[in-house]
Amino acid sequence: MTTATLPRFTVAQSTTLDVAAIRADFPILNRHIHDKPLVYLDSAASSQKPQAVLDAMERYYESTHANVHRGVHTLSEEATAQYEAARARVADFIGACCPKEVIWTRNATEAINLVAFSWGRANLRRGDRVLLTEMEHHANLVPWQILAAQTGVDLDFVPIADDGTLILDDLGRLLTPRTRLFAFTAASNVLGTINPVKELTTAAHRAGALVLVDGAQSVPHMPVDVQDLDIDFLAFSGHKMLGPTGIGALWGRRELLNAMPPFMGGGDMIREVHLRESKWNELPWKFEAGTPAIAEAVGFGAAVDYLNTIGMDAIRQHEQEITAYAMHRLSEVEGLKILGPDAGQRGGLVSFVQGDVHPHDIAGVLDSLGIAIRAGHHCAQPLHERYGIPASARASFYIYTTEAEIDLLVAGLHKVVEFFSL
Amino acid sequence: MDLYAEEILDHYKHPRHFGHLADPTLTYHDTNPFCGDEINLELKIEDDHVVDVAFTGQGCAISRAAASMMSEEIIGMSLDQLREWDKQNILDLLGIEVGPVRIKCALLPLKALKAAVWGLGEDDTVTG
Repeated sequence: MTTATLPRFTVAQSTTLDVAAIRADFPILNRHIHDKPLVYLDSAASSQKPQAVLDAMERYYESTHANVHRGVHTLSEEATAQYEAARARVADFIGACCPKEVIWTRNATEAINLVAFSWGRANLRRGDRVLLTEMEHHANLVPWQILAAQTGVDLDFVPIADDGTLILDDLGRLLTPRTRLFAFTAASNVLGTINPVKELTTAAHRAGALVLVDGAQSVPHMPVDVQDLDIDFLAFSGHKMLGPTGIGALWGRRELLNAMPPFMGGGDMIREVHLRESKWNELPWKFEAGTPAIAEAVGFGAAVDYLNTIGMDAIRQHEQEITAYAMHRLSEVEGLKILGPDAGQRGGLVSFVQGDVHPHDIAGVLDSLGIAIRAGHHCAQPLHERYGIPASARASFYIYTTEAEIDLLVAGLHKVVEFFSL
Repeated sequence: MDLYAEEILDHYKHPRHFGHLADPTLTYHDTNPFCGDEINLELKIEDDHVVDVAFTGQGCAISRAAASMMSEEIIGMSLDQLREWDKQNILDLLGIEVGPVRIKCALLPLKALKAAVWGLGEDDTVTG
């Protein structure tokens, strides 16, 4: 039930963020779950939304909505201006040279599929190779499996070590002369591992391969500059970075995007249409068939504004502090084993197993205490197979996470021990 | 914490009929890809009746308790009776409110049972 009262616990002081003020911007954090204040530790799955994002979308629908790029009437012009302004803000947020390098998609998954379907089909031949890693989310595995089945492309994988980092000793051998693309995650959604994007990119480029970075878990949490990283494609989702669901982006180098065929056909992506042939629109609209998610793009723009106001360096710093605290406190819990590297090498999340207790039971007990965590294989089944576990539990953090919430998590996990007599 | 009632925890910690049968008539293996739960169900059938049952696999407290309780219940029942079984039979055994998320855990053993008695999934099913 939604109530207007504030959570009962006090907000611990962060050295970098005014977390109390930030929490006041998120209406959902006032909710109670099973009569307990909500402790939301599932931001890696989807973040909550500040009032500014909700307001921007409501304002758009209440005062501006019309279809974009079509009408000559005032509303359509205003809607188009807001839609394109949001693209410019997102482009700026990731250091893109220009807005036209940002293609709106539904999410990071669709962005990766766009590259696999468009660039992959146009450029890859039987015997070409795509290099991935063992820690990829299904979103950066399955599109390549589909491509491989249809084109005869071979897939290779950078292995992971027991500590949750990539084993790079054989990277030179894995980047074969036939490797055309190295697609990897910037930060693991299960292990938390932050990968050395620049180092991997340099190696790939030296071998003549392009680089696609799955930024779903990095763009929301740390400064990302596509030009500084020197990558070729970046995929990310709005809903994991305070924005609404249904909007994400593919950033790509202009010359690559220009040379790629369309992903989907329909309205808005064409310049001329005849009965038997068409000419494609220019970037970015060539890849945006049909009426897009306009209000969602506006909301995404507002989310980026909100993040910029706080500052991505400060956000990264806050998450490092919270993660170090969480790892320290979780190590006190009997039978609990943390997956992945130490706090210095990871983003704001901690996955763990607790004795033989199934992660669903951990999440079930915690839910009864108002604490939301993720349990399962987090769309990374091969990674769990690698570690010989069927599933794991994951607590993930963001700008509104407090040390007091970590304390409640730890108290809940002690309850799990009690319940299941570990 | 109704989900973790005393009886459910007891079946979870001390599952009945956990293991293998020497000579099963029907076996069926099923998984719940969402959470990684897994069950391998073995039935010994004589004169169209269940005379023994065993299961193995990994799962959460709800899915394991459901398998354990179901195994106790179905011994002596006919295949026709089991074909009539539906989710309410399992929910009655568990005796708790199971929400939309955990219902998949609760019903995995039933899914395996139904597939076994209907002879589905020929790759996995050995009919003796």
